Amino acid sequence: MLEIKNLHAGVEGAEILKGINLKVGSGEVHAIMGPNGSGKSTLAQVLAGHPGYEVTAGSVTYEGQDLLEMEPDERAIAGVFMAFQYPVEIRGITNAYFLHSAVNSVRKARGEEEIDTLDFIEVLQEKLKFIGWDDGLVNRAVNEGFSGGEKKRNEILQLAVLEPKLAILDETDSGLDIDAVKAVAEAVNKLRSADRSFVVVTHYQRILNYITPDHVHVLAGGKIVKSGGKDLAHELEAKGYDWIREQAAAVA
Amino acid sequence: MSKTRDVHAAAEPYIKAFQAFTENGAQRAPGWLRERRDGAIERFAELGFPNTRQEAWRFTDVKPIVQTTFALAETPDVSGTAKAMVRSLLPQPGGPVAVFVNGSFVESLSTTAGLPAGVELGGLDDTIASGSELAKRHLGQYADPDQNPFTALNTAFMKDGAFVHVPADTVMDQPLHLLFLAVPDPNRTLLWHPRNLVIADRGARVSLIERYVTVAPGNYWTNAVTEVVGSENTRIETYRVQHEADGAYHTASTHSHQARDSQYTMVNFAFGSRLSRQDIKAVLDGEGAECVLDGLSILRDRQHVDFHTTLEHAKPHCNSWEFFNGVFDDRARGVFTGRIIVRPGAQRTDSKQTNNNLLLSERARADSQPQLEIYADDVKCTHGATLGPIDDKQLFYLQSRGLDREAARSLLTYGFCAEVLSAVKLDRLRAQLDRLVRERLQEGAVSRAAG
Repeated sequence: MLEIKNLHAGVEGAEILKGINLKVGSGEVHAIMGPNGSGKSTLAQVLAGHPGYEVTAGSVTYEGQDLLEMEPDERAIAGVFMAFQYPVEIRGITNAYFLHSAVNSVRKARGEEEIDTLDFIEVLQEKLKFIGWDDGLVNRAVNEGFSGGEKKRNEILQLAVLEPKLAILDETDSGLDIDAVKAVAEAVNKLRSADRSFVVVTHYQRILNYITPDHVHVLAGGKIVKSGGKDLAHELEAKGYDWIREQAAAVA
Repeated sequence: MSKTRDVHAAAEPYIKAFQAFTENGAQRAPGWLRERRDGAIERFAELGFPNTRQEAWRFTDVKPIVQTTFALAETPDVSGTAKAMVRSLLPQPGGPVAVFVNGSFVESLSTTAGLPAGVELGGLDDTIASGSELAKRHLGQYADPDQNPFTALNTAFMKDGAFVHVPADTVMDQPLHLLFLAVPDPNRTLLWHPRNLVIADRGARVSLIERYVTVAPGNYWTNAVTEVVGSENTRIETYRVQHEADGAYHTASTHSHQARDSQYTMVNFAFGSRLSRQDIKAVLDGEGAECVLDGLSILRDRQHVDFHTTLEHAKPHCNSWEFFNGVFDDRARGVFTGRIIVRPGAQRTDSKQTNNNLLLSERARADSQPQLEIYADDVKCTHGATLGPIDDKQLFYLQSRGLDREAARSLLTYGFCAEVLSAVKLDRLRAQLDRLVRERLQEGAVSRAAG
């Protein structure tokens, strides 16, 4: 469903991604790990269509479409979702109102009927129940005054409501204590399905104790330098990233 | 010195008009009123119109007012349009409303029946004619003509406007509407000076909706002054909506005076006028008093708004909050001044001021100036201001959730306005203002798309 070929991208003339190749099949969970500055977040942002990044070479095909040609909102409508590493505060707009606008915007673009407010509140309650959370966040302004953990939970709530086919989690576990990581991971597990793929970008192995990936890739210096199964994550946790860097350097 | 003469020259037509005004019926006014008017016109003659060399007027040039010849509005023209307008603007049909046309109270359009015992709502002119001791005691005691030439001018010509008196321990369960309708004259540029006095006695509670609208497009000038007196333990909420004609000038000053344990909330909306300036002075003159001043401006084209606020903490243990947001499109311009004075001895003052400005066009402009004057040592005063276009990070965030760029812009802009709308506690009024805000933002978006 997603195929990245020789992707080069950067910001303000500095190349960060230097030839990424990655294939994600339907329903698969891929973990992308790597040290700071390896390009993990850049990859996530480029896939979501952040206008600050420039793609200089390569291609990204999503369900047969050229993803790089699409506006961020067109990607969302096509079923791509990124959980932000640093979710943005939107003043004056409640979560419920925001989600309702987003859902209707997507439905309208897909030629589906819009949902009215009352029906949407029901949908929201069902989703909250499904992922096992209370509704304390939905009537507060989007991310305003939220704790780090609440912001990340809110991203997962959006994921649950928007029902994407490809969900990219950009360091959703960063800055969370272990209980919060567990809560987020449990919700993600409930949202896993045969027609929903995940790309889990993370610096730490610990979230992968709860979300078991099908594939693990190690990103270093803007390239995927090693790929493997879920055991690779444990190896990284035990040995750190240095041996990967050395291996990569030896290859180069 | 030649500059001084210029100012005086500009004041001359008003001094002449004042002579005509006093000869033309105003002579019948009681002595105390004539004295206050005479003092004010003298003061206006000394002050002249303000200019941008004066600190308080640095960003607001009133030259367009100075250069226009205005005719003092006389008999109100009560047409069918005015009646239809009254009906369309009242969120609660049947509720108490005092209607003013071109500054004068119009009893036939007003509904003052059914008020709780002792509550007075009506025209100031009638109130004075009836020999009201309250009017005599309070009128002009808070609005200082020495500080502001427009206040001086209003005081010189003060005659009619709203008079509201809520007696002790009376709790009003429905809001009082003060509706100021403009009926522009196509042949002359009219001017009126509404003068409002609101008095709440000990323990009284009242909500007021003070609304300035026009029945038709046109040019005119509203120069209003409102004095609000809150005795001990009162709760007064005022929602002030300035939605004058696009070609109108609106100058106004509001002076509130609070005794101990009183609460005063004023939420301002500025949508209309090509040039508007509103001076708000709130004096917290009793321990435990609280004051909230909020504001929302949504302007476009070449509209100009200036909110010049002064919060004076005269006694200890008082709280004040100020929250003003402005949305400026095209070449519109916003000015906000937030002066906070903490008098000696006003310990434990807690004051917070926020002013946010959203610029929707590269040519829009906003100026924000906090002015803190603190003469006590145990106080907490904070202020913050923001200024800029819609944030790219926010835009990307919303787009990544499926909203197209224009929808994302519009949602962010609406959210900025909703922060102030949420301060409106009257449900129907909030719904009405919410619709108005959405319409204005929608019109702006349409003209942007077309341009």
